[in-house]
Amino acid sequence: MHKVYHRVERIAGSVITVKAENIFYQELAQVTSAQGTSLARVIRIEGDRVDLQVFEGARGVSTDSQVRFLGKPMEIPFSQSLIGRVFNGSGVPRDNGPAIEENPIPIGGPSVNPSKRIIPRKMVRTGIPMIDVFNTLVVSQKLPIFSVAGEPYNELLARIALQAEVDVIVLGGMGLKYDDYLYLRDFLEKNGALSRSVMFVHTASDPVVECLLVPDAALAVAERFAVEGKSVLVLLTDMTNFADALKEIAITMEQIPSNRGYPGDLYSQLAARYEKAVDFDSAGSITILAVTTMPGDDVTHPVPDNTGYITEGQFYLRKGRIEPFGSLSRLKQQVNGDTRADHRTIMNTMIQLYASYKETLEKQSMGFKMSAWDQKLLKYGERFENEMMDLSVNIQLENALDLGWKILADCFTPEETGIPSKLIEEFWPEKKR
Amino acid sequence: MANIGKIIGVNGNLLRVAFTDAVVQNEVAYAKLASGVRLKSEVIRIRSEYAELQVFEDTTGLKTGDEVEFTGELLSVELGPGLLTQVFDGLQNPLPRLAEESGFFLQRGKYLPALQRDVKWLFTPVAKKGDVLTAGETLGTVPEGIFKHHIMVPFKIHGSVTVESIAESGEFLVDDKIAVLKAEDGKLIEVSLVQTWPVKIPIKQYVERLRPSKPMVTQQRIVDTFFPVMQGGTFCIPGPFGAGKTVLQQLMSRYADVDIVIFAACGERAGEVVETLREFPELDDPRTGKSLMERTLIICNTSSMPVAAREASVYTGVTLAEYYRQMGLNVLLLADSTSRWAQALREMSGRLEEIPGEEAFPAYLESVIASFYERGGIVKLKDGSTGSVTIGGTVSPAGGNFEEPVTQATLKVVGAFHGLSRERSDQRRFPAINPLDSWSKYEGIIDAEKVKFARKLLVLGGDVNQMMKVVGEEGTSMDDFMLFLKSEYLDAVYLQQDAYNDVDAACSGERQQYVFEKIYNILNQKFSFAAKEDARSFFLKLTQITKDWNRVVFNSSEFKQLEENIFKAVEEVSAHA
Repeated sequence: MHKVYHRVERIAGSVITVKAENIFYQELAQVTSAQGTSLARVIRIEGDRVDLQVFEGARGVSTDSQVRFLGKPMEIPFSQSLIGRVFNGSGVPRDNGPAIEENPIPIGGPSVNPSKRIIPRKMVRTGIPMIDVFNTLVVSQKLPIFSVAGEPYNELLARIALQAEVDVIVLGGMGLKYDDYLYLRDFLEKNGALSRSVMFVHTASDPVVECLLVPDAALAVAERFAVEGKSVLVLLTDMTNFADALKEIAITMEQIPSNRGYPGDLYSQLAARYEKAVDFDSAGSITILAVTTMPGDDVTHPVPDNTGYITEGQFYLRKGRIEPFGSLSRLKQQVNGDTRADHRTIMNTMIQLYASYKETLEKQSMGFKMSAWDQKLLKYGERFENEMMDLSVNIQLENALDLGWKILADCFTPEETGIPSKLIEEFWPEKKR
Repeated sequence: MANIGKIIGVNGNLLRVAFTDAVVQNEVAYAKLASGVRLKSEVIRIRSEYAELQVFEDTTGLKTGDEVEFTGELLSVELGPGLLTQVFDGLQNPLPRLAEESGFFLQRGKYLPALQRDVKWLFTPVAKKGDVLTAGETLGTVPEGIFKHHIMVPFKIHGSVTVESIAESGEFLVDDKIAVLKAEDGKLIEVSLVQTWPVKIPIKQYVERLRPSKPMVTQQRIVDTFFPVMQGGTFCIPGPFGAGKTVLQQLMSRYADVDIVIFAACGERAGEVVETLREFPELDDPRTGKSLMERTLIICNTSSMPVAAREASVYTGVTLAEYYRQMGLNVLLLADSTSRWAQALREMSGRLEEIPGEEAFPAYLESVIASFYERGGIVKLKDGSTGSVTIGGTVSPAGGNFEEPVTQATLKVVGAFHGLSRERSDQRRFPAINPLDSWSKYEGIIDAEKVKFARKLLVLGGDVNQMMKVVGEEGTSMDDFMLFLKSEYLDAVYLQQDAYNDVDAACSGERQQYVFEKIYNILNQKFSFAAKEDARSFFLKLTQITKDWNRVVFNSSEFKQLEENIFKAVEEVSAHA
């Protein structure tokens, strides 16, 4: 009893228009053309003219293609059997496994009632000192990784996914290079993490509309797991591709652009996704880590700029390292007071000394004479970069703190660090005192 | 008979609706889904045969031909006892009670009355039978937490009314009848504890608006001393992300010298509201000793909640503020962030296909912002007392660049500008208000001439700092170098404040006056140093002791001891003519 139409009035970009009646906003349809069958959804109704966004693009759709309305909005299946599988944005398997159709859930569901949220209190251990020690990741945090093309951001995501103690990992890939998709899948599989992962992947060669569906699908599934009490880590890469897809669709819809071609609702669109990060009162949690590549390394570009206003801090990934300056975890104060007594002190002291090292480097490059203090800083800076900042370093927080003390003791006398004497007595390595 | 229209178009949250009977601009209507769920919406434009409506919810599922029920009422809020301590969404739905009914998620089309219907209030009459009153005058009072909540003649009433009957002291539900009034035309009006008022129309039941004259002390030194705000004034806090807008507002909401704080979280992070929501009930109000929540009201329409309700949330906030002002109270409304509201206007304007202004914002952006801030002010009420609404809004400019339409439109209408700078926040100088760019048109608690001197020092010190980057310390004269050190000292010990220190987080007006005087003397002091290195190390030491001084309780013995230490240190290096 589904309504079927055979006349397409207008085709522009990935949007087609048909004359149809009794069609509801956001209704799903199947468009069958010589190219095959694609899903589409209603994005505007004007009298009897209905605009549909065709997920696989309108290329090949003819004026007499068949449009069959399905009488339901976009849904994706949800069940335990999602685990270990790979899908595209509309929930069709990308691996060779069977299709899952049980228990369909709507995507882009309503917002969480703020009074059901709790203040986050638990840290996510990643084994990366630049995160654990200096900008601690917290359960339910939403944090982007600001980076430029070519940086190893997907490797970083994969490592965090592997080492974070979470129940479920949901990965949303948008505009991924095919190689990167294979890398992520193989990495999780090789390390046995695929058995707790669900992947929604859109690659660079797939139709642009599907890119828009990926974060919604990934977050809808994550939300269900969280309501069931699981702690979920959602990895999104790369949100700039998602924003660019929004831009592309907005322009074909003849919307008035606001800033560099992006639609005026970019902030709301990004926020609707990031705000799914949550720590439920008496249920699970969603933590979101998302890659945002900055075109031209420009943080004032609309995508990173709007993202920064939404998220709870950011990690800057530059030259293969997480930059200590500019990177910020807004929630770190919630947890780093209860880890170990020296955590905050090590965090502050090491960064301050590293800032001094940077000044010394500048002086050195201008040809100034290096004092004894400068020499110490140079030694310290080099060790800090190699033993703490390098992404290959993989140690637990406590060991990283111990390492911090060791580096400090090797380079400085206790007084030079400005650390309160009580902590010096407790933590400064014995033989150096 | 109900006025029913039919949907003829859906575009995002914009509906086009055909109608036959009369339709009122800005009236509330409900779009009915096939499932029977009714979605609240507002008429925003009327074009001969159809009306355009913005829906405050997700519109998935609506179709051509679906019914729309026009109510004839403008978008309104409930006013009555029991508003304080509550957490509402932008349309005044109580969020905790919604959670009790619908669980984790905000269910579409679920609306609850703002005031609890089953709570009894102890009413004490003030007016007597036969009294002739006008709208806004007090009929009686009920205690609401620490306040005496006035039950007033409904604001909608025109002309004078005679009290026909009024209830004796006793307990009443909000809907119970407490008085009957007789209008000039002889019509009888029943009054309960609750009345409604349309949010987009200012409540003006007062005698006259006055010029702000009393400072609103926020206990943030840089604000109160350098860029003060007055009760009934307006101010804005623009800044790039991460510069501390929200932290600054939270501190103000804690320490500001007002009776009631209304916090309108508009299109921002839910996490930040949750902090306020969970922490305020635990915190003591330094003025009353009761929980801070008792004087707080939160309106929360976070970024993932429906966009159209963002606009409603700031109007709901200011209307509730005006309501409490009518009782002679001083109210502070904090809106975080007005940019998100402006973006909501932009989204809607785009769907209406209006001709865009700068950065696609609608051409009426400026007048909308201006009329919002103009709702603040201090007023003389009909009983001779005064009440005020102070409005502070944050602005989130794209890329942190203040040359954008929302910041510029706001600057034109506010009385004080607290511009946050990325540079200062990167240097961890909190509050990151830029002392060189910011301004205030209000008088503060400190002698204006002295403040002028201090600001000039900051400017000169900044210039010297710039110059030193080029010519180095060697090429700078000792006099210039002293200017630089003094301005850095003033910055470190006075402009900056440690929000995490219990004492330093809030600095009372009295303490500011005392400390500023002392620091002013130091800044005017002539020093003699043999070398720049000596001068630098002296000021580093002086900064350290003065910061310690900031962290001890005012007028304690420790405070006096440290003060003595400071002046002993200063005395040692002073140049005696």
